[in-house]
Amino acid sequence: MKETDIKFLESAFKKYYFEQFDLIRVPERTSEREFGYQKFNSGMTRHISVKDDKELHLMLMQNVPSDVYCSNAYYTFPNLPMNEKDWKEADLIFDIDAKDLNLSCRANHTLSICNDCNEISNNSEKCLKCNSTKLEKKSLPCKNCIDASKTEVLKLSEILTNDFSINEDDIQVYFSGNEGFHIYVYNTQFQQSGSRERSELVDYIMFNGAIPEKFGMKKFKPNRNSFPDFSESGWRGRFSKYVYGSKSKRSKVISELLSNGYSSFQKTLDDVSENIGSKIDPNVTMDIHRIFRLPGSINSKSGLTKIHCKDLAKFDAYADSSFLSDDTVEVLANCPIEFKLKNKKIGPYHNEKVSVPTFAAVYMMCKKLATIA
Amino acid sequence: MLSLGQDEIAKYPFLADAGQYLKDKGFTLEQFGTDPDLKELITKAYERIQVAADGKIYKSDLIGDQVSKEAALPREVFSFLLAIVLLKLSGMHTLIKRFALAEARRAEKYLEKDLANISDESKKQLAIRVIDDLFSVQIEKLDDYFVIPVSDYLKHSINFHEREWKLINRHVENGQVFLTPHETVRLIRKELGTYINAKIVNAKTPTMIPGFEDSVNKLVMLSKKFSTFTVTTGEYPPCIKHAIDILEKGENLPHSGRFMLATFLLSKGQSVQQIAPLFKNAPDYNERVTLYQLNHLAGTSGSGTQYSCPSCEKLKTQSLCFATSECEGIITPLQFGKKRK
Ligand code: SF4
Ligand SMILES: [Zn+2]
Ligand SMILES: [Zn+2]
Repeated sequence: MKETDIKFLESAFKKYYFEQFDLIRVPERTSEREFGYQKFNSGMTRHISVKDDKELHLMLMQNVPSDVYCSNAYYTFPNLPMNEKDWKEADLIFDIDAKDLNLSCRANHTLSICNDCNEISNNSEKCLKCNSTKLEKKSLPCKNCIDASKTEVLKLSEILTNDFSINEDDIQVYFSGNEGFHIYVYNTQFQQSGSRERSELVDYIMFNGAIPEKFGMKKFKPNRNSFPDFSESGWRGRFSKYVYGSKSKRSKVISELLSNGYSSFQKTLDDVSENIGSKIDPNVTMDIHRIFRLPGSINSKSGLTKIHCKDLAKFDAYADSSFLSDDTVEVLANCPIEFKLKNKKIGPYHNEKVSVPTFAAVYMMCKKLATIA
Repeated sequence: MLSLGQDEIAKYPFLADAGQYLKDKGFTLEQFGTDPDLKELITKAYERIQVAADGKIYKSDLIGDQVSKEAALPREVFSFLLAIVLLKLSGMHTLIKRFALAEARRAEKYLEKDLANISDESKKQLAIRVIDDLFSVQIEKLDDYFVIPVSDYLKHSINFHEREWKLINRHVENGQVFLTPHETVRLIRKELGTYINAKIVNAKTPTMIPGFEDSVNKLVMLSKKFSTFTVTTGEYPPCIKHAIDILEKGENLPHSGRFMLATFLLSKGQSVQQIAPLFKNAPDYNERVTLYQLNHLAGTSGSGTQYSCPSCEKLKTQSLCFATSECEGIITPLQFGKKRK
C-alpha cells in the first residue's frame, strides 16, 4: 500500500478510536486476556496484556493499528510466550463467514486484482489484460451474503439453546466488520474444554459424521419403528423436519428410505448435512489460543466496525457498522461494482477521479480499489 | 474414601487399603507363606495372574451378584491382594499391565451390573459413587439412562475411534449425553485400567516372604512367554511398534491398524496362531472372529488371496504412520531396516 494511502487510513482510524472509544468493548476480566494488533503494512504484535480501558485507549492512540485482537482465553500471564502463559479457560467462539457458504451471488460481486499489472476485472481465472494467473480476489459482499450468514447464526443459536441449554443472554452476536458474524458464548460447561473436545462440538453443530443407526436405519433387518419422529428433540427432530417435510409425509418417506437401503441412507445424511448443519468455521472454534478481532475495533478489510448486533433480524450490516466521517475526499477509484454504505449508493467507478465520503473512500482503499488522488 | 461392605470389596478389591484390610482381618503376609491352609490362597493368587496373562477375565467365586459362601468373600479379596504382592516381588511389568487390564474388565462387569440394578438402589448408588470418586465423572440416573454433562463426556469420548461415540451420534438433551449402563462403564474403561495399574505400580515392594518364592519364580517364567513380542519389536518399523503398543495397553486399534499389523506380520512369516494372541487385549476381542479375520487375510480361507501390507503413503493418510529418520526412502513398512543402496 502506498505511503499516502496508509497515512490517510491511519488518520481516519485514529479519529474513530478517539471519538468512538465507548464503542470498543473491553472484555470482562481484561487483565487475564492476551491482546495483539497489526499495523498497516506490518506484522502482528501479540502477547500484550492490558489492564483497563485507559491502557487500551492509549495503545490504540499510540500505535493506530489497522486491526486489534483479544484472546477468548484467560491466562495467568497473558503477556508471556504461549507455553508460559498458563491457560485457564476460554469462552466458546464461532465464526460464520459468507465466503464459506457457497452462495451463487458471490460470482457477481467478486473482483480479481492482477498482481502483475494491477488490472481489476470481474471475477475471472486469468487477468483479462496480461493473462497472469496471480490474482487477488476481493469481494464486496451483498445483502444476500449477510442474510445467508444470519440464517447460519440462527441455526447455531437454535442448537446451542435447545440441545445444550445455553441461555440466550449468554450468546452475543457481532458483525465481523466484513462479511460474516462472530458469536461469543459465555458461562458454558465448555469453558475448560480443550481443542479436541471443541472439535467434536464443531462436528455436532455442523452435522458431520452422522451414522445411519442414529437415525433409525440399520444395516440388517431395518425396521421402520426406529426412525425418528417429527416432534423429537435434537438432531433426530431436525432431521425429521427436513427430510420428511411434514408429519403426513413421514410414513411415505420412511418407506422410500428403507427401500433405498443403508448406503444410500448414509449419502442422504451427508447431503442433509449441507442444509441442516450450521456452517461455522471449525478452526476458529477449535483454537483455544486464538486472538480474535476485538469488539468495537475496525476491520481493515473494509473500514467497518465489528459491532454488537442487538437485534439480528433488524441489523443492517452496511448501514449500522460504518462510523467514519462523511467528509469528502478525492480518490482515484477503480471499482467496477456498485455498493451501498450508510444507505448511500457508491460507484461503479472505472479508473476515475471522484469525490466520495471518507467512509466510502476507506472502504474502497481497504479493498485495494482506490488510492488517494 | 468410600466405605465399603464386604461384598463390595470383593467386587472392587482395588478400592481397599491392602495393609488395613489384612490388619482388620487379623492376618500378616508372613502367615500366608507358612500356614498350609492360607498358602492355598497364594496358589489362587497365582492363578488369578495367570488367567489375566492369558487375556481372560478371572472367574471368581462370586456367582452373579451373590456369593456362594460367606467365606468366599475374604478369599476373593486376599487372592487379589496377594496377586499384587506376587507381582511386585517378581517385578514383571508386562504382567502387571496385563493383570491391571484384566482386573479392570472384571470390575467393569460388576459396575455395569450394579448400574443396571433396578431392585437394589444402594448398589446403583455405590457404582455411581465409585465412578465419581475415581474419575470425577458425575453421572445421574434419568429414566432408563444415565446422563453425563457433554463436556465430561467429550473428555473421554475423544479417545475413541468408532463413529458411534461421536457426539453427533449420541442423544444430547439439556447439555447432557444419554448413556446405557454398558456405555457408561465403557466410557471410563481406559481410566479404570490406568487406575488399577497405577495402584499396583505405586504399591510398596515388600522383601521376599518365605513361602512366596515358588509362585514368584513361576511368574518370572510366565512373563517370558509374553516378552517375545517386545524383544522382536526392535526391528519393527515405528508404525508397527506403535500398533503393538496400543494393543498391549488394551486400547482400541482401529480396523485399518489391525489390518496393517496383521498383514505385516503375516508377510514376515508369522503364523495366524502366533499373531492372534496380540489382539487379546483389544476391547472388543473375540477369539473366533479374530481367527476368522486373520485366516482371511492370510488367504488360508475363502477367496485364497493373500492381502499385502499397505504402503507407507496409505498408512500416512490413515494416521498410522509414525515415521522416524530410519524410515527414509522406503515405500512400505516391509522394507524397514533393509539396507538400501
Ligand atoms: S514411513 Fe512407513 S514404515 Fe515408517 S512409520 Fe511410516 S508407515 Fe511405518
Ligand atoms: Zn494482469
Ligand atoms: Zn452476496
